[in-house]
Amino acid sequence: MAFALASERVRDNTGQRDSRSTWKTLRRATGRNLRAHAFLFGALLCFVLFTWYPMIREIIMSFQRVHRGQTTWVGLGNYRQVAADPEFWQAWRNTLEFTGLALVLGFAAPFAVAIVVNEFRHAQGYLRILVYLPVMLPPVAGILLFKYFMDPGFGLFNQALHFLHLPKSQWLASKTTSMPSIVLVSTWSNMGTATLVYLAALQGIPGDLYEAAELDGCSVLQRIRHVTIPQTRLILSLMLMLQIVATMQMFTESFVLTGGGPEGSTTTVVYLLYNYAFSYNKFNTAAALGVIMLLVLAIFSAIYIVLERRGSED
Amino acid sequence: MSRHSLLRALDARNRFHSQQLKSTPNYQRTLISRTQLNTDRGRRLYWTALTIALLLATLVFIGPLFWMATGGFKTSQELVSNPPVLLPAHPSTHAFSLAWDRLGMAQLLWNTVVYAGGALLLQLIFCVAAAYSLSKLRPIFGNWILALMLASMMIPAAALVIPQYLTVLDLPFVHWNLQNTPWVIWLPTVANAFNIFLLKRFFDSIPNDLLDAAAVDGAGPLRTLWRIVLPMSRPILGVVSIFAIVAVWKDFLWPLITVPAHETLNVGVSTASTSMPDNALVGGLFLASIPTIVLFLIFQRNIMAGLTVGGVKG
Repeated sequence: MAFALASERVRDNTGQRDSRSTWKTLRRATGRNLRAHAFLFGALLCFVLFTWYPMIREIIMSFQRVHRGQTTWVGLGNYRQVAADPEFWQAWRNTLEFTGLALVLGFAAPFAVAIVVNEFRHAQGYLRILVYLPVMLPPVAGILLFKYFMDPGFGLFNQALHFLHLPKSQWLASKTTSMPSIVLVSTWSNMGTATLVYLAALQGIPGDLYEAAELDGCSVLQRIRHVTIPQTRLILSLMLMLQIVATMQMFTESFVLTGGGPEGSTTTVVYLLYNYAFSYNKFNTAAALGVIMLLVLAIFSAIYIVLERRGSED
Repeated sequence: MSRHSLLRALDARNRFHSQQLKSTPNYQRTLISRTQLNTDRGRRLYWTALTIALLLATLVFIGPLFWMATGGFKTSQELVSNPPVLLPAHPSTHAFSLAWDRLGMAQLLWNTVVYAGGALLLQLIFCVAAAYSLSKLRPIFGNWILALMLASMMIPAAALVIPQYLTVLDLPFVHWNLQNTPWVIWLPTVANAFNIFLLKRFFDSIPNDLLDAAAVDGAGPLRTLWRIVLPMSRPILGVVSIFAIVAVWKDFLWPLITVPAHETLNVGVSTASTSMPDNALVGGLFLASIPTIVLFLIFQRNIMAGLTVGGVKG
């Protein structure tokens, strides 16, 4: 386009601006635009069909109900139905529990690991590969593997606990430990990504800052507190938001490991949405739940954007 | 303009980092200084910490994979025995052949390869064309379209599953039912704002003079893209390709509901998991994990570099 514009400008300077040349310019501009839009068309069509249209459709659907092929408007009926469902509140509690625990473990652990690995002058490549290996497994493989380890009877985890003379756990089979167990699985399989992103960020911290902090008499922990964390604050907060949004959509682990049980203790919001649609065949109720999810996660996305803005102003 | 600033920050850091490396060829100061490490006590501590870290990481990340790899050679009794059996007494490949047949592993693998390959191809064609158009051809309303695309990155994917599912059952206007065809996996992956954004950002960095020179020589936009832009863009194309393949390979909820008759590896293993002997299932998990692990070991450099370019894909 830069080229086209330049050539037009030259023409404007030399030739007279009669109506014919204006017409020509216009036609050329139209042709250029058409060609450019032709390049855009395929991707644009997919966006329209699979993102923008479904988004609008979900909102419309959430105010409707289908009964024997008849679509009727029910106002907030679906939302009221969802809010009256005890499973809905349970699902949010479960999801928040998962998100909270996943953050304590899945947010802190990769950062700690990255800080330690960054200090090593040997075997860094090997450690990186190790941490990232589970990320490359098909998720179901990693998840089912842990189902064996967490078996209350023969599972390796309980055998290890027994060996260490610690009390055994019911892991996935008990209402209280099922969610923490899922967090464990999920952290094991996903922490590689965050660790490597943090490592890259740590390696960008200028060494002078540590030098200066050390000269000022800062201990190692103080150096982490006053150099490492402030220097990686932007990436830390971005990853935090991304992880919140990702963990609030947890589905696969529950579906494969526990089927939402025991006693609904691992039914997440997405799982409930799946159940509404594909177990109870209530697509409109599911759509209402989808809209609620959109709204809740939009809050976190908004925080993310604000953080990013602030980050780019620094 | 999500993630933009993060990427810019990473760029700046990388640039900074490379400058640092130039001035201090083989040493970058981190948390703990070299002089401190070079004392006797420092060295002892360092090697102890490194050894512990290596052992722990190997146990945590390779341990489960080792158990999975050997599990298929064990008998089901050995698999669940207490205390655990490290290596099978009489290794047998029976479980693997059982898993291969019962899971229909060849078919699952083929399905997944077709889904991933097609998604990769379509994304390379349409996302590249769209990014090129938005970056260099700059059609009218291009910035609005880009903003709308980027805004869709903020939508949690799971919240849109219901209307997307209904849309692919009956595509607007043409009324095609895409369920159980590869298109249902392929097409939605093209609506990938992140890939378009990465590509556009890369194309933006290609100087316009080059393209203008090509245009003076009479090359149309397609020829310019093919002959000049693409050959310069190999690194970013690699990153986008890896993201495209891994995303399809790891997806669960979408293939679960849209291609029940031609399952992916992930879904197929999970649905068959309840009806298989233990050693056959573990063997199956191992077989299912081989392709991506091999892929990772071959391309690990590119994959890890891609992570830091793509920042925080999660």
